[in-house]
Amino acid sequence: MAEKIGEFDLVIESGRLRKNYWNDLWRFRELFLFLAWRDILVRYKQTIIGLAWSIIRPFLTMIVFTVIFGRLAKFPSDGVPYPILVYAAMLPWQFFSTCFSDASNSLLNNSNMLTKIYFPRLIIPVSTVIVNLVDFLISFVILIGLMLWYHFVPSWNIIYLPLFLGLALITSIGSGVYIAALNVKYRDFKYIVPFVVQFGMQISPVGYSSDIIPEKYRLLYSLNPMVGVIDGFRWCILGDRSHIYLPGLLLSIGLIVLLLFLGVWYFRKTEKTFADII
Amino acid sequence: MSVVIKVEHLSKSYIIKHQGQSEYVALRDVIADKVKETLQNTKNFVTIKPIIKKPEREEFWALNDVNFEVEQGERIGIIGRNGAGKSTLLKVLSRITEPTLGRISTKGRIASLLEVGTGFHPELTGRENIYLNGAVLGMHRAEIKNKFDEIVAFSEIGKFLDTPVKRYSSGMYVRLAFAVAASLESEILVVDEVLAVGDAQFQKKCLGKMQDLSREGGRTVLFVSHNMQAITTLCSRVILVNKGAIIQDDETSKVIQNYLMFETSKEGIIEWNKENALGDSNIRLRAIKIMDQENKIRNHFFSRSKIRIQLDFEILKLDYLLVIGFDITNEEGIIIFRTYQHDTNQEEWPMLKMGSNSIYCDIPSELLREGSYYISPKISLHAKKWIIDGEPLLSFDVELNHGVSPFWSFYNKSNRPGLLSLIIPWKNVY
Repeated sequence: MAEKIGEFDLVIESGRLRKNYWNDLWRFRELFLFLAWRDILVRYKQTIIGLAWSIIRPFLTMIVFTVIFGRLAKFPSDGVPYPILVYAAMLPWQFFSTCFSDASNSLLNNSNMLTKIYFPRLIIPVSTVIVNLVDFLISFVILIGLMLWYHFVPSWNIIYLPLFLGLALITSIGSGVYIAALNVKYRDFKYIVPFVVQFGMQISPVGYSSDIIPEKYRLLYSLNPMVGVIDGFRWCILGDRSHIYLPGLLLSIGLIVLLLFLGVWYFRKTEKTFADII
Repeated sequence: MSVVIKVEHLSKSYIIKHQGQSEYVALRDVIADKVKETLQNTKNFVTIKPIIKKPEREEFWALNDVNFEVEQGERIGIIGRNGAGKSTLLKVLSRITEPTLGRISTKGRIASLLEVGTGFHPELTGRENIYLNGAVLGMHRAEIKNKFDEIVAFSEIGKFLDTPVKRYSSGMYVRLAFAVAASLESEILVVDEVLAVGDAQFQKKCLGKMQDLSREGGRTVLFVSHNMQAITTLCSRVILVNKGAIIQDDETSKVIQNYLMFETSKEGIIEWNKENALGDSNIRLRAIKIMDQENKIRNHFFSRSKIRIQLDFEILKLDYLLVIGFDITNEEGIIIFRTYQHDTNQEEWPMLKMGSNSIYCDIPSELLREGSYYISPKISLHAKKWIIDGEPLLSFDVELNHGVSPFWSFYNKSNRPGLLSLIIPWKNVY
């Protein structure tokens, strides 16, 4: 029997799919881009100002935060223009939160594809992250505009920005993939996601600098993995006027890696039943 | 010839939950169940009762120990009633869902077309969807580019290439979808009941394409359809599935004969009650009756007498486009003719009214040859949509007894080629 199996290049058996999984993911690599391209294309066909949405949203939030935290509450900013302080954090947060909520619905939105065509399911939630990466790059333009307006020169730390963007990307993929799989099985997560996004913004240092957190609570505060990412972004853009709390950053990185691992593991574990239960 | 698909002891079970109607699990239920279970177990433990769980879930075997092999270049039809397990089989073959037990070994790339235009996005244009759908099926950009003109030519969408597909007719939609899937360079092509949507001409074109792919390209085709004629045209071998198991796996004509014989009602009548009647919000089919001229239900006729077919139905919305009729199919699955209530002069059309209606027609005598015939109801809104595109549901036999000429002997009668046994008068030319 064993030599006969050799003739075949695919064996479908219960629990066997994982053996060709990563190969297939590679074979379908273009699908990542095609799905992302589709989502972007559809968005710009369906909305009137399309592109502008990815600029307007963070920009308005930035103004509100600047007024509330900078002007009214008078939080410290260490001489950095408050809009830049806020916007530097707004970018990664916006990226993460939209990835998270888009990814959570991605499988349900594509349910007809899940039940009719085979391809590695991981592609669907991950491609929503790519869409948001495009948005991120567009809204980055605003940051450059702000810097010009305030005559603000970023520090050399900015060369590390891609590293922290990578970290934000991994956080988004890890949590997005996890929530997407959970949402197929338990539709309750549809209601949990907006709550997490809203709540997460308050407990992340978006409207304020994390320097206002008392030293003894900072490690606890860093249990939120986005704290490390956002602080990293600020550090890259604002330079030494913003400080990185190293134990907290390491904790965040550890949690992010764990999240990615857990997310992919859970997704892989449940994805073979997606077509049956969706 | 080598084996390209080998299916061994393939089974697939689904869990049907008896409690809770929701199709998906809510977190609340999981938590509640766990708590209930723990409480019950504790209670049982305290009161020293054995822990027995009531079966709240039942296993349903959609596929049950299926075995078959397919050789390269074969064109195989899969037939069976709705819910027989055909689609599940294709889903497992296409790796959409995992088998519970057993194994499938395949050689070569598999392209499946289980639904028309899966992955098509209505907002995108035909051109954009070709690329998207190609990628979904696993094609690379360069590959799609190479095939692009071929796809456009085959689908005949021409000037609508840059129109969003939401504006397409369902026929154009299928054509495009089929064209993309057929252009995929796969060794195995799996096609579910998708051609039913397209028009007859396009169906023919698709069947032809599949035939070419297998004859010239050496590709293997698995084809599910309710259309016996399409199966007969395309397939050399047919697998009959019922209740998740293979009933018969043989030459096309044998399997189709068997299917028609065993799967149709031989009572001469088939009735539905209000709940399970076929149809939609316009019309519900309640009965089909085969009768003689005295309105007695029969399933055996002599060719010298007429055969009366009566349809009982309920009209819920009176639409002047409503077209009601049936197909008569022979043992090979070939449609002998189709008849509709509106085929004649307008003055002769039967009146339709709201509520229950019964209409009938008489199949002329001295027309059908000896054999078994099958009736498939066909009801539609003319050129708009199918309401009932039925499969053969009931059967009757015809025994030849017309014709008195000694040259039209019994032997001659049943061995003469042709689908009909007409006696046509000949005359001299003066």
